[in-house]
Amino acid sequence: MKVRRAKDFIIKLISTLVTLLIAVPLLWIIFDVVIKGASALSLEFITSLPAPFGETGGGIGNAIIGTLIINTMACIIGLPLGIATGIYLSEYSNGSRISALLRTAIDTLSGIPSIILGLFAFSIIVIRVGHYTALAAAFALSIIMIPVVSKATEEGMKTVSIDIREGAIALGLPKWIITTKIVLGIAKSSVITSSLLAFARISGETAPLLFTSLFSYYWPRGINEPMASLQVLIYNYAMSGFESWVVKAWGASLLLLLLVLSINILVRRFSTKVV
Amino acid sequence: MSENKLKVESLSAWFYEKQVLNQVSLDFPDKKVIAIIGPSGCGKTTFIRCLNRMHELTPGAKVKGRVVLDGKDIYTEMDAMEVRRKIGMVFQKPNPFPNMSIYDNVVAGLKLMGIRDKNLLDKVVESKLREVGLWDEVSDDLKRSGAQLSGGQQQRLCIARALATDPEVLLMDEPTSSLDPSSTAKIESLVRVLKNHATVIIITHNVQQAARVSDYTAFLYLGDLIEFGETKKVFESPKNPLTEKYVTGRFG
Repeated sequence: MKVRRAKDFIIKLISTLVTLLIAVPLLWIIFDVVIKGASALSLEFITSLPAPFGETGGGIGNAIIGTLIINTMACIIGLPLGIATGIYLSEYSNGSRISALLRTAIDTLSGIPSIILGLFAFSIIVIRVGHYTALAAAFALSIIMIPVVSKATEEGMKTVSIDIREGAIALGLPKWIITTKIVLGIAKSSVITSSLLAFARISGETAPLLFTSLFSYYWPRGINEPMASLQVLIYNYAMSGFESWVVKAWGASLLLLLLVLSINILVRRFSTKVV
Repeated sequence: MSENKLKVESLSAWFYEKQVLNQVSLDFPDKKVIAIIGPSGCGKTTFIRCLNRMHELTPGAKVKGRVVLDGKDIYTEMDAMEVRRKIGMVFQKPNPFPNMSIYDNVVAGLKLMGIRDKNLLDKVVESKLREVGLWDEVSDDLKRSGAQLSGGQQQRLCIARALATDPEVLLMDEPTSSLDPSSTAKIESLVRVLKNHATVIIITHNVQQAARVSDYTAFLYLGDLIEFGETKKVFESPKNPLTEKYVTGRFG
């Protein structure tokens, strides 16, 4: 009896300690970024252009807008492709050879290092266009989104039971309506959750941007132009060695962290909501 | 016998090599309740799934024979979706669409086919929910998810959903098998009223239920139609000794 209780206690203790140990780096990161980044935050910081070299003040407004534009474009390309692929794999593939191939391709795609996707976009778009462009960045990032979204869409749709499907079939509804309005409707929360997670994931990707959108010290002028982004700004400023730039890099890090954290909170909202 | 709504002519069905229905021929009279009884595995469910072309969706399924609705062969002269709109179905387990409100569940068959007329939809929702006796229980909040209702309410919602497209025939596959006695009683009395608009074909594993709700009874055994006739006759003076044994509870 006593031995069993002692064992219970030890297991509980170990798992609790390990959990706390894992929480430490997370909290540390947040704490560190908040402490070092908060001092940089101001209205000017988020609304104005970087100050010319040597001058004080200025902000990172162009990088904030740039990240949002690049991410939005990546979503416009990646989400429809990912969702459509998920629908195909769940509803139309019937275990064909194409679907086995497609599934392998998607698994492989999700394992490709993002720097290689950046190089790929560089070689097929940037080199041909002749200059760095945000479009190439959106293309590279969209490839990161596709596997995440297609897998979640497929799995969400597959959980819809045969009972529900037969109920819809028995109403004389055509397959495409059953697929889009009922099955996809039920899987909606998986699709939204995974889209948000994919958005958070690409918000942190830096390597693909270095080869594609690179950076700009001006407001975005068009989507087929080099464009500033928070990620590349952090990389450039943090490595610069100038005190004032390093502080700005911390400020940008804090904004990026807030963006990703708020997306994760949204995700929790969606995934815990009763269907 | 009144006019026949649905005629089944030597219908056979298979799953891969296994034959589950042997040349069943049967005429369903219009606006009556017909019970299909028989022990588990006798082919009852397969039989009614052949009547709205659901059987063919199962892998390895094969059908032979004719099923004729108002003079038209549902396999050769009608499109499967058209058949299913005219021949509705209610399942063993209630299956409301979990992503839809009570309102949208009832009119799913109309709304998803492009009917947008709000007045019409409102009318259908109220009349069908009244018909299944659910209106008073749910009318205060039709926006609630259909999945939040109790099992018996869900099943009545599914019946309302099947009725919303005004089917001429309603197939019911053991609609009360997962319900408690009071929900079962409600559905049984509903079945007796439904025949005012449609021919109701109901599978039941409960012989007493068949006696309570149906005008005609068909007894299936190992894929063969053993006996078909007015429920009273089938129960009181069955022609086949096998039927007698089954309805008196001596096997099955």
